[in-house]
Amino acid sequence: MSPGERSAPPWGVCTETPQQREPAVTIYERSVPGRRAAAAVGSGVGETPLAELIEQRFLRSEPAALPEVSEPEIVRHYNRLSRRNFDLDSGFYPLGSCTMKHNPRLNERVAALPGHARLHPATDPALAQGALALMWRLQGALAAVTGLAEVSLQPSAGSHGELAGLLVTRAWHADRGQGELRREVLIPDTAHGTNPATVTMAGYTVVKVATDGAGGVDLADLRAKAGPSTAALMVTNPNTLGIFDPNISEITAIVRAAGGTLYYDGANLNAVMGRSRPGDMGFDIVHLNLHKSFSQPHGGGGPGAGPIAVSQRLAPYLPVPLVRRDGDRYQFELAEDRPKSIGRLRGFHGNFGVFVRAYAYILSLGGDGLRAASEDAVLNANYLLARLLAGPAGRYLPLAFGERCMHEFVLSGAAAKRELGVRTLDIAKRLLDYGFHPPTVYFPLLVEEAMMVEPTETETRETLDAFVVAIESIIAEAKQDPEILRNAPYTTPVRRLDEVAAARNPILRQGWTAG
Amino acid sequence: MSDSNPENPPDLRYHPAHDWARIEGDEATFGITWYAQDSLGEVVFFEPPELGGTIAKDHSYAEVESVKAVSEVIAPLSGEIIAVNDAAAASPQLINDDPYGEGWLVRVRLGDPAEAEALLDAAAYGELLAG
Amino acid sequence: MSRYSPATDRERAAMLEVIGAGSIDELFEAIPPPLRLDGLSEMPDGLSEHEVYEQLRGLAAQNLDAESAISFLGAGMYDHYVPAIVEAIISRSEFLTPYTPYQPEISQGGLQVMFEFQTAISELTGLPVATAGLYEGPSTVAAAAYLAIGATSRRRFVVSRGLNPQSRQTLATYCEGYRAEITEVGLDSELMTDLAELEAQLAAPDQPVAAVIVGYPNFLGAIEDLEAIAAITHAHGALLIAACDPIALSILRSPGDCGADIAVGEGQPLGNRLDFGGPSFGFFAARHEQMRRMPGRIAGETVDADGRRGFVLALQTREQHIRREKATHNICTAQALNSLAAMVHLAWLGRSGFVELGTLLARRTAFARQLLAGIDGVEPITVGPVMREFAVRIDAPVRAVLDRCSRGAVIAGYPLDRDYPEYGDGLLIALTERRDRAEIELLARTLAEAVLALSGERAGVAR
Repeated sequence: MSPGERSAPPWGVCTETPQQREPAVTIYERSVPGRRAAAAVGSGVGETPLAELIEQRFLRSEPAALPEVSEPEIVRHYNRLSRRNFDLDSGFYPLGSCTMKHNPRLNERVAALPGHARLHPATDPALAQGALALMWRLQGALAAVTGLAEVSLQPSAGSHGELAGLLVTRAWHADRGQGELRREVLIPDTAHGTNPATVTMAGYTVVKVATDGAGGVDLADLRAKAGPSTAALMVTNPNTLGIFDPNISEITAIVRAAGGTLYYDGANLNAVMGRSRPGDMGFDIVHLNLHKSFSQPHGGGGPGAGPIAVSQRLAPYLPVPLVRRDGDRYQFELAEDRPKSIGRLRGFHGNFGVFVRAYAYILSLGGDGLRAASEDAVLNANYLLARLLAGPAGRYLPLAFGERCMHEFVLSGAAAKRELGVRTLDIAKRLLDYGFHPPTVYFPLLVEEAMMVEPTETETRETLDAFVVAIESIIAEAKQDPEILRNAPYTTPVRRLDEVAAARNPILRQGWTAG
Repeated sequence: MSDSNPENPPDLRYHPAHDWARIEGDEATFGITWYAQDSLGEVVFFEPPELGGTIAKDHSYAEVESVKAVSEVIAPLSGEIIAVNDAAAASPQLINDDPYGEGWLVRVRLGDPAEAEALLDAAAYGELLAG
Repeated sequence: MSRYSPATDRERAAMLEVIGAGSIDELFEAIPPPLRLDGLSEMPDGLSEHEVYEQLRGLAAQNLDAESAISFLGAGMYDHYVPAIVEAIISRSEFLTPYTPYQPEISQGGLQVMFEFQTAISELTGLPVATAGLYEGPSTVAAAAYLAIGATSRRRFVVSRGLNPQSRQTLATYCEGYRAEITEVGLDSELMTDLAELEAQLAAPDQPVAAVIVGYPNFLGAIEDLEAIAAITHAHGALLIAACDPIALSILRSPGDCGADIAVGEGQPLGNRLDFGGPSFGFFAARHEQMRRMPGRIAGETVDADGRRGFVLALQTREQHIRREKATHNICTAQALNSLAAMVHLAWLGRSGFVELGTLLARRTAFARQLLAGIDGVEPITVGPVMREFAVRIDAPVRAVLDRCSRGAVIAGYPLDRDYPEYGDGLLIALTERRDRAEIELLARTLAEAVLALSGERAGVAR
């Protein structure tokens, strides 16, 4: 999408396809034999033929077919590609459950300091005391936010944290002689897909728990399913419907009494920082998505980090390494220091570069600022919801459950589909022409034609108002001619893509040979 | 994709999970119904089960996939797989285009032909869909 | 005070009025009173931007980074020179701040980068299908093992002692969940996987093996005979997983060419900073028959409604958001920014530059090993062909030697005592293009001096 197109969103009916659209050309198609960017360097130690150093049978006969391009071409190529992306810095990105909040540039600056960016992970900890101190302080801050005893920063993402949490659960039950007895993990039917996928990887079986009429966990169903084979319950609170479960203490008490551990998926922590703590709700394990609540840029889908915080009873099983402080020195705690640890889940100490950004964010906001961030996130969501419900969206895109929300809300497009003949997908695609990233669609699965909206605290009221106008305009278009939506988008670098063809005949790499 | 809801063929027997069986003596051919393929959308992948394998009534014996969904295919009857539709694996759109014909999935030697008693006839299946 | 929220108190009041709520507190009424928290009083107040900068600068200054020392540390991550254009491109908002490309029409840039990256990884590994990437190296080894369970319905792995110890430890952690067993195969006198022992392990009839996993080159720098390992592995119906140093794939035969079924590895050496160990990415490539068992994001080429070329996330039915408990992995990310950095670095090196880099490393590594072999009290133990890393045995307490070298701002290498007690006085030395002849000679002098000074100490202890 070119900046020109973006600055003039097609308010009203725009169904024109721009004549000028750059075709997609890959870096390989720009390759010309003999071109190069990096200068050749001599080894300085004699140019011995390679085959005299390494047996010929171990050597490649042909170089890998990498592109042959000059530096200016590389820069221009990737700048062109960048303009074919929509990003948070260019516009509203209310992608539910993803917490697309502003990414402070200070955090990038401090992460790039050579003392962080060029610190080798195998450096003797005595020569990396600043890094260990930072990790130790971040562990403490995350323990405070969650109200839990100890934190391991090791997991690389939320899904990785989930696996860590369930392996901790497994070790805990095994330690109590119940490892083979407890085989099931309870999961509400509103859960994110990573939860059940993690359960299988951790060697457990999924048992689904129903949702009650108010959008919370169905207590009767939970009571019926929690028992001697329950290993854990995994829930998100507020849940994926944007609802804080009022029965949360009872829910955790039921599972605790049944002998299971309590896992809190921290994907929605941005709703409750400084307002409520998972530890107080009765949870044992929390993963924190540092790329959501703690402002790490999403990078087009990674990197992030998914530290876990646990209660005292599970602390001995945390993955290593952790950082501990002895007097004024910081050390890594390794497997030998924590004999019941589940071990490591990846190389080295975790995504340290992400820790630097998250810690800078926490320092910037402070305890009060984190609380204020959650308050404004909830305020923005409720404001946007109220404004939408007051207009035609109230009829065609009503709230799926309840009346208010926490930091996000889920609308149902069932009425729009029935009465206007447009699907949530069509509304989402038309939003692209209006210059907005659409909300999360078709999740949670429980809601028909779901549209999940999370504005975050860093958006202005003007932006939220503009989004309402866009939705209302799109509904008006649908009434006038649903085909406008069904064929949208029109102004993007490409239009709707043929995913059926991509699936039936997968083309997953460039078919090319260099030279 | 066939665009209008055709009659469910009267010579077939139906399983409530939207699967059909064409019973010929002690053998039968299985597939998914028009309703099943329509709900799933364009089928992009079907991996046939192994020849010679046994399948059990009411249990999944294969999967069919659209771009954003995976559907388990339920065996209407028990038996041993004696043929699979490689054409449907190579061109999964056959399952959309002709679910009761070219889009069949497997052929089975029935373990217990009496199981067919429990299946629906075309009229009963039609009522199930209308209900 | 929050610094990134635009709302003023007046706006908050007006917005509450639209909502029909009397106060912010009312919006949090769903939280039962016993669970309400009155702020995070134990946490300090927020700071201004320059105060935060100074605090973090102060912490960074306490670290001995590769900018202020001459480092021969490797052991899985390497201090390569990252060209300036990498930083310029990955700093662009359009790459830095979007999320996963769920809406392909406005994510063509990111999706095309994935497609280009998959092509590059496929070229490096010699395997036809590559994913858009996973978290990092060792957890990607564990992901490959998970695929092997699905592909073979077997639950035992034979792992070379030459595989990165952190990968072995990570796999052991995951195997608790996989309900799978691990058997280790030792190294021969050249520090390569012992083929006779491998054969014996695979032949154990009661416990069939899902996959054999080796490093390429292995952790101690030896270039494994992948072709021979593949032959033995396949004879027993197992898959071969090669965990590769991507830089080595510039000159070494590709794992696909040698017969490996899956190639994975730590992607950091391609365009990524050290960052004290992360974030980076793990790469993953395999043969066609494993395509639908592969983990995580994969981009594919298609056309749009007007017939224009475009890219989408392909084969999504493998993934957790669709297949849920039957997903091929629980991963929900692709480390997209890190793989973009790798792609830019590879394009910058180009077809010739990549081979030149590998060749330069092989020459300097051979030179360094030969130079160190001439020092009294230093003896190479990786004696076969090496690419960019090798191990030596030191006739002095290795940690004391390292400590002494670091006083002269030379980080001489990685001590093997923890991971390989059998080489308790071992030191693993890694080269990148940043370490030139003069620095290698400085290493030799520093090491010689330290060993000379400290070998007496050991003798003293022995007495």
